[in-house]
Amino acid sequence: MTRLLLLLMALVMAAPLPAQDLLPPAPYAYKQLDDPAQEAKARALMETLRCLKCQSQAISDSDAPMAGDMRHQVRSRIAAGEEPEEIRQWLVERYGDYVSYTPQLRAMTWPLFAAPLVFLGVAALLLRRRFRKTRGAVK
Amino acid sequence: MSQEIKSKRSGLWLWLPLALFAGFFVLVMTGLLSPADRNVASTMIGKPLPQFDLRPAVPDRPGIATAQLADGKPRLLNVFASWCIPCIAEAPQLEAWARQGVPIDGIAIRDRTEDVQRFLSANGNPYKRIGADDLSAVQLSIGSSGVPETFVIDGKGIIRHQHIGDIRAEDIPKLIEKLREAGQ
Amino acid sequence: MIAELGLACLWMAGALALLQLVSGALALTSRGRELAGIVRPVAVAQGLLCGVAFICLIALFLRTDLSVKLIATNSHSLKPFIYKLAGTWGNHEGSMLLWVTVMALAGAFIAAVERRLRDDTMLATLAGQAFVSIGFYAFLLLSSNPFERLAEPVPEGQGLNPLLQDIGLAFHPPTLYLGYVGLSIAFSFAIGALVTSDVGPAFARAMRPWVLGAWIFLTVGITAGSYWAYYELGWGGWWFWDPVENASLMPWLAATALLHSSSVLATRNALRAWTVMLAVVAFSMSMIGTFLVRSGILTSVHAFAVDPERGSFILALLVIYIGGALVLFAIRARTITEGARFAVTSRESALVVNNVMLSAILGIVLLGTLYPLLTEAFGEKVSVGPPYFDPVGAIFFIPMLLAMGVGPLLHWRNDRLGRITGKIAIPALLIGAVLLGLALFAPSLFTPSFKLLPFIGMGLAVGLAVASVMPLIGRNLRRTPLPTWGMVVAHLGIAVSLFGVATDSAFSTEKLVASRVGQSHVVGPWTITLKNVEPIAGPNWTALEATMAASYDGGKPKIVAPQARNFTSPPTVTSESALLTRWNGQLYAVLGEEADDGRWQLRLWWKPFVPMIWYGGLLIGLGGLLSLIGRVARDMKRSRAEEKIADRRERQGR
Repeated sequence: MTRLLLLLMALVMAAPLPAQDLLPPAPYAYKQLDDPAQEAKARALMETLRCLKCQSQAISDSDAPMAGDMRHQVRSRIAAGEEPEEIRQWLVERYGDYVSYTPQLRAMTWPLFAAPLVFLGVAALLLRRRFRKTRGAVK
Repeated sequence: MSQEIKSKRSGLWLWLPLALFAGFFVLVMTGLLSPADRNVASTMIGKPLPQFDLRPAVPDRPGIATAQLADGKPRLLNVFASWCIPCIAEAPQLEAWARQGVPIDGIAIRDRTEDVQRFLSANGNPYKRIGADDLSAVQLSIGSSGVPETFVIDGKGIIRHQHIGDIRAEDIPKLIEKLREAGQ
Repeated sequence: MIAELGLACLWMAGALALLQLVSGALALTSRGRELAGIVRPVAVAQGLLCGVAFICLIALFLRTDLSVKLIATNSHSLKPFIYKLAGTWGNHEGSMLLWVTVMALAGAFIAAVERRLRDDTMLATLAGQAFVSIGFYAFLLLSSNPFERLAEPVPEGQGLNPLLQDIGLAFHPPTLYLGYVGLSIAFSFAIGALVTSDVGPAFARAMRPWVLGAWIFLTVGITAGSYWAYYELGWGGWWFWDPVENASLMPWLAATALLHSSSVLATRNALRAWTVMLAVVAFSMSMIGTFLVRSGILTSVHAFAVDPERGSFILALLVIYIGGALVLFAIRARTITEGARFAVTSRESALVVNNVMLSAILGIVLLGTLYPLLTEAFGEKVSVGPPYFDPVGAIFFIPMLLAMGVGPLLHWRNDRLGRITGKIAIPALLIGAVLLGLALFAPSLFTPSFKLLPFIGMGLAVGLAVASVMPLIGRNLRRTPLPTWGMVVAHLGIAVSLFGVATDSAFSTEKLVASRVGQSHVVGPWTITLKNVEPIAGPNWTALEATMAASYDGGKPKIVAPQARNFTSPPTVTSESALLTRWNGQLYAVLGEEADDGRWQLRLWWKPFVPMIWYGGLLIGLGGLLSLIGRVARDMKRSRAEEKIADRRERQGR
């Protein structure tokens, strides 16, 4: 019994953690939607949205309260019938492309989309040059 | 035996890796030289405040509804919390502005009434209205990503400026100027 | 005393490195030829002195010598022994010293043992290795001195980050460093070969064991890091395309291409320019990775030692080494004569496809990792993450896998696809069967959205697993050389890993519940009952532990006990997940917070076949190890045979 009390005291008197709020997490932060199809849609979306306060995590992977609040927004909006892309656009309207891990095709990001095509082209060129040279030379 | 033939390798291709590395170097230098800005700014500047209606955070101040913020006078909207340490640092400046007559409204993020009351009695209460945003819903809808942040809202309810972090001496002139612009 | 000894040895080692560079370089000229004799002994001495310095640092950490600044800021007298030891490299200065030590010891080993290269190439190689080391010695001695003393010893250390007090993570950095630094040896060989225009099979044979060794360590290091993230972060994710993760992946991609390429050069005398280029690129990627991680210019969960000033120093080193090597390549590559020819359908060409695809993936990862930096230069922020890397990587990964399946079955130099149709048919049919089976019996893959990549992944994985063992069919297994076993095991490892990745993405089930004690929940085939939540204490932490009884398909319940831990120094909360592993997957349980009504937040996952991801990774490493042992044994046998022949000639007076 004494040991238990000491443990509890140790827990209570532990060094203060960095400033955090005392309210419980948002209802849908750690609660799944009842409809599995909707929950799957929500989860797929949450894995592509960035937590604004964390260093580099999706909101589906973070325990930060703000990430929980964002999950709450996603789930409650999906439950209300919104489409995932609408929710993403809603967030992008407020925070810019930073909040979405899925790059949107814009003037700033077109090289990301062009890169695989360019690489494929270079790959094809390299392979063609290599094999045109060697064709017929080896029998 | 395999045959070896001297081949003229295209000169240009050989310098490509070096050119790419030079590009990398330039990119990285700009990254190192410019201070790392980890703040995520709101992209709602110039757009109207979204519709919201927050309950009062403390009994002696009313809550906030969007319509009340579009009453013709420019104001400051301060996003804060009792658990936010830098908010204590900027409290004196907000008090000073409130005494000068600048309208300041507050949104308390994820806070219990008693904690907000404790914070206000310790640091002063410059707010005309304080809304309680328990789920950070309004914070998300205006593009704020942390506390403290201060928004300049003009008389028509349009967001004109966002200041991220606590208000320091060097930030005051800019905020005053933005407030003045919003009044025109 | 020990700290001063360590510092003195480090300075001496640095001075010897300088001597090694100067004497090695001069020995290549006609006038400095007499200096050639001292280069090898100097390299050996440098390695030994550096080793002593590192042992000194370990000793300081084990004794928790709080008069040394590094120990005072990173260690704590109450830490368990193993974490005091791991604390040696769990910080910026210590890890840099580890880097330099491994480079120096590897250089010493080569200097003592490697005899196959031409003399001048060997000198150029050792000079190159010294050239690379000097920059790091300077970095250490001038800007990151690990032996710096405090004016007054402190009463207690500031403790190590509790996230690092974990056995997996204690050994994750050194395995990666051994990998990165091993690639620096390959880099030195490449420099040596370029300087003396000696890019041929001898160069490849000398370099190959080092590349293999480095690659094995990188594979194991990345696998360990991924598994650590999986069980520590509490959400079941194991790869996030985070910049620090990418920084470790990019050298691995280059090293994989290099190791295939150098094998071709060693045995078939082809792919010369590719091999030397990849050797330069692989180490460049290690250095770029080190720079990105330590300079703080990229946002990452893992970021440590963020310091732009140190970042600039490393950048300067980068410019000198990578810039220098690329200039050398551009000037000298013309003299690299083309190697042996091969046909379009041949094992060499499959390896060329492999190289090209790996390089493309490397390019994509580099671009995606640096892209946010590029847009920030223009004032905008973007995020590039799994939704980009997964599909774009797959565009190049899938052709590479096909080449991996078919290539080992092809003959060298010249072959017809017709010859192996029989062998390819079996894996191809298997892939079709698996895809059909999934289409019929796994509707969850298609609604609400089509999980294309996991779908393809599962089919490919099964087909590749069979294709990878095909080269063994029809052979006398006891007389199959070890490198061939290595290839089979490594390719099988890739298939196994791919299967784990695909099934985890496709069939993972998640359950988030707020549970009272005594309540039961269902996740997948499991029934979990929360028995109890109570406080417990460990050596330097206190925690709340939830005891749950988990029963698979109604079978006998087993206990899982996740914890939420509180560390005091520094104050942190970590979540220790509880895992229950079966042959067909893992149950993953996490304890969250207590709600106001006394219910406990629980997170439960059933992840089918997920351990295959890391078993596959270990298999890949094992394949590399078998290959390495086989090659080294063969090389030793060959050199002994050559010695005998030389002996015999001497005795016969020839």
